[in-house]
Amino acid sequence: MADCSETLRELEAFLDGELTTDTTEGIHAHLEGCMDCLQAFDFHAELRMVVREKCSNDEIPAGLLSRIEQCFGEDFDGDGTIG
Amino acid sequence: MADRAAFAQEAMQHAGQLYNAALRMTRNKSDAEDLVQETYLRAYRGYGNFEEGTNLRAWLFRILTNTFINTYRAKQRRVQETDLNDVEDLYLYRRIANVDVASRSAEDTLFELFTDDEVKAALENLPENFRLPVLLADVEEFSYKEIAEMLDIPIGTVMSRLHRGRKAMQKALADYATERGLFARTPPTEDTADG
Repeated sequence: MADCSETLRELEAFLDGELTTDTTEGIHAHLEGCMDCLQAFDFHAELRMVVREKCSNDEIPAGLLSRIEQCFGEDFDGDGTIG
Repeated sequence: MADRAAFAQEAMQHAGQLYNAALRMTRNKSDAEDLVQETYLRAYRGYGNFEEGTNLRAWLFRILTNTFINTYRAKQRRVQETDLNDVEDLYLYRRIANVDVASRSAEDTLFELFTDDEVKAALENLPENFRLPVLLADVEEFSYKEIAEMLDIPIGTVMSRLHRGRKAMQKALADYATERGLFARTPPTEDTADG
């Protein structure tokens, strides 16, 4: 089983879903028995979620959608006109 | 893809995400709108090159990223990797763990701790070399391989920029919290006992 420093070294790749199945299982096994590492992993998973949500909540301007419709020449919103 | 109309219809479903990513890249609304429009124009013209059955969202983000790099990068100050001060691992986590329990209510979550504007600024203020990989990985959830292809850099470079970019972002968030008096100004020492 991996120790704490080996586990923390893989924190990012783990959260990125980039580890092999074996390594991922090893991390899970360590986290089951190590509250300190589990807290650190939970914190960073939560932080990732906060960044994702707060950096993707800007409303797309209606005018931009109209301009894109114009470049496609398609009536996406079904209002009978392009743009 | 069956025809241009079907392609356009499907491509439009990603407009909101592309606009948000464009905002983080260009850091202003007017450039972000132009960037997204240009991305759709290029996608529409080049849709014959899109292989049906592959990831349309990744293809659109690749066009967005390329258009940004080619059009806007020249306008921005080029930042060398060495310009980013290095921060120790788990920077924000260690500081938050050291916050006096009494000053934090139990239901305080990270989501409430930082405002939308602070998190956006922490990302947008990263030098571009770091901002693009962090945006593509942490917000858009692309894989190392997809990011390496979009930015035309090796996977190892993606990983090292993600690592340093994320640490710098955590440092910026910690600085916002410090400004609001949440953290002690002196960094905690390794052997500080906390409850």
